Amino acid sequence: MSFINPIKRAYLAMEAWFNIAFGSEWNPLYNIGRLSFFFFWVVFISGLYLFIFFDTSLSGAYASVEYMTHEQWYVGGVMRSLHRYASDAAVITILLHMFREFALGRYNGFRWFSWISGVPTLWFVITLGITGYWLVWDELGLYVAMLSSQLIDALPFISGSMSRNFIGDQVSDRFFTLMAFLHFLGQPLFLIFAFWIHVKRLSLVKISAPKGLAIGSFIALLALSLVAPAVSHKPADAGQVTAVLNLDWFYLNVYPLMDYVTAGQTWLITLGVTLFLMLLPWLPPKKTGPAAEVHLDYCNGCEQCAEDCPYDAITVQARTDGAKFEHEVKVNAHLCAACGICVGSCPASNPFRMKNELLVTGIDMPQMPINDVRDHVDAAIAKLKGDNKIIILGCDNALDLSALEADGVQVISLFCIGMMPATLVEYALANGADGVFISGCRTGDCYYRYGNVWMDKRFDGSRQPILRQRAERSRIKVFRAAATDSRKLHRELAEFQNYIKQLNKEKRAAPHGAVHE
Amino acid sequence: MNKVLRYGLQIFFYTLFMLVVWYFSIKPPYYQLEEDQAVITLSFTHATKLREACRKMTQEELLKLAPNMRLSMDCPRERSPLRLELYLDDKLLTKAALEPPGFHKDQSVNLFQRIKVKAGKHQLRVWMNDDINIEGSTYQHEQTVILKPEQQLLVDFDAGSGGFFTN
Repeated sequence: MSFINPIKRAYLAMEAWFNIAFGSEWNPLYNIGRLSFFFFWVVFISGLYLFIFFDTSLSGAYASVEYMTHEQWYVGGVMRSLHRYASDAAVITILLHMFREFALGRYNGFRWFSWISGVPTLWFVITLGITGYWLVWDELGLYVAMLSSQLIDALPFISGSMSRNFIGDQVSDRFFTLMAFLHFLGQPLFLIFAFWIHVKRLSLVKISAPKGLAIGSFIALLALSLVAPAVSHKPADAGQVTAVLNLDWFYLNVYPLMDYVTAGQTWLITLGVTLFLMLLPWLPPKKTGPAAEVHLDYCNGCEQCAEDCPYDAITVQARTDGAKFEHEVKVNAHLCAACGICVGSCPASNPFRMKNELLVTGIDMPQMPINDVRDHVDAAIAKLKGDNKIIILGCDNALDLSALEADGVQVISLFCIGMMPATLVEYALANGADGVFISGCRTGDCYYRYGNVWMDKRFDGSRQPILRQRAERSRIKVFRAAATDSRKLHRELAEFQNYIKQLNKEKRAAPHGAVHE
Repeated sequence: MNKVLRYGLQIFFYTLFMLVVWYFSIKPPYYQLEEDQAVITLSFTHATKLREACRKMTQEELLKLAPNMRLSMDCPRERSPLRLELYLDDKLLTKAALEPPGFHKDQSVNLFQRIKVKAGKHQLRVWMNDDINIEGSTYQHEQTVILKPEQQLLVDFDAGSGGFFTN
């Protein structure tokens, strides 16, 4: 059994628990990025309401927030609480999103861009929250203003003293209004831009949370808002320093650090941690395999590979080789994740073609061409012994299947289960396998985002190229398993073997070799 | 799986999540000061004296310059460093030695420090030197202060008004 690091093991176990409670479709851990977007929607809509009643002047800000919190608690107060708690929840989901990608090893190699664009995005979210607390202009707002100003003053290119704006009677009304403008417009626009950059290298990006999860999360937020409404501290008093503050640790965790180190050192620590996180994809670097290659002689420009590519690495362009087809596809090697999903999408990957010659498909992986895959299947079938011959098709990123190999069982592991042409299953059955057992990443969670989704759709006939009707469904079993699901997989395989054994027995007993239905 | 158990688990996870959200949004409380502490904030912006006085350029020096650069007086822009010490009950609370910012060290010095002290009656003394050509202090200030818990005492400076003052 291969070694699985304990962080990954713990995380996968947690996902399994959430699968029990929510199912794979609503599993919050599979939809953690989408859930973050949902919380931002709640923050945005509640923020719009708060903006209507908020007084952007220094003298009126606190009173307007108090009015919403107490006089208009049933709407304004609830909106304020939703605004706060949804933004806190977003920090949790963003951190979990980062942790998940790290724990599951999905932060390096071709994913470097998403990772390094995600780290500063977290800081943009934090700064947006900081200006939000500033605007309440209570004791906490004053504390945030003072400490933030000290941080700004410590920057080497800043001349003048921003901190002096918040002592004695020198508090600047105009400066406060500027912060309001930043919070309402400047920072949100910047954040939207950062989000856009973050998902730039992906295709088929889903940013809306599954309905059930969104409803559940909103009910939970609403309940919390009613049970424990967000309230302010006392109004800001520049002549006072409040001894005890109820900090929002999700957003204001950097400030207490300034009790122990200078503002300059706080910057160094913060930037150091950020830089370390951003460099993680190269500590150590992970090499992505060679990019997919197009073989124009076998490409009819059907565009299925471009539609299926999860990383937007395939583009469609006008035909350049004079063939009768209108389009051809082109691979952008810098964007290609080498997942091989495009090979499974190509109708020319059908292994029944060119049976006694080199199988060439329209788009292929140079490190494991479809011809080699077919050869592996042929060799595996030849190795199978006994009356109960099972071929297992899996992927390199889920459970290590090599331990399952036995006399009657042979394993073929692909880069992604989406790389498997549906016809390969039919091919294995037609050439001597009694059953085909298909594994791969857990449902709802594919290492290459869409591999198992496309496979399911090809099998149920809703996405080309489909698994043909002639493929005997009763001899095909799909069981998805993460790296920690070894025991379950063994059990499922044993059940499948028994089932196939029974099926073979019935087939042999039936007159004229009738096929079991 | 049993639907009731499934929904029960969902409620459990949502509740747990919201408990974490609620708890860390206000707790644990952060103690900025102890109960009997106050804060002295030393903050001002001050343009220190020029390091060197203006002097008349010699004819030789002027001839070396391009015609449009020939000014009769040479006034170096660099200002003096600022040195400051603040004592509370004759105990040194903080000291600063700051160079003026800017490429030519010609900008105003900004000072901002917050120091936590025990509340109560204290003797505050501060001295400052803003002229490199003078030994000892160029400004000093001494006063008795009574600090209440959580009070912020601002020690400010304005050369035009005669030097240090508190607020």
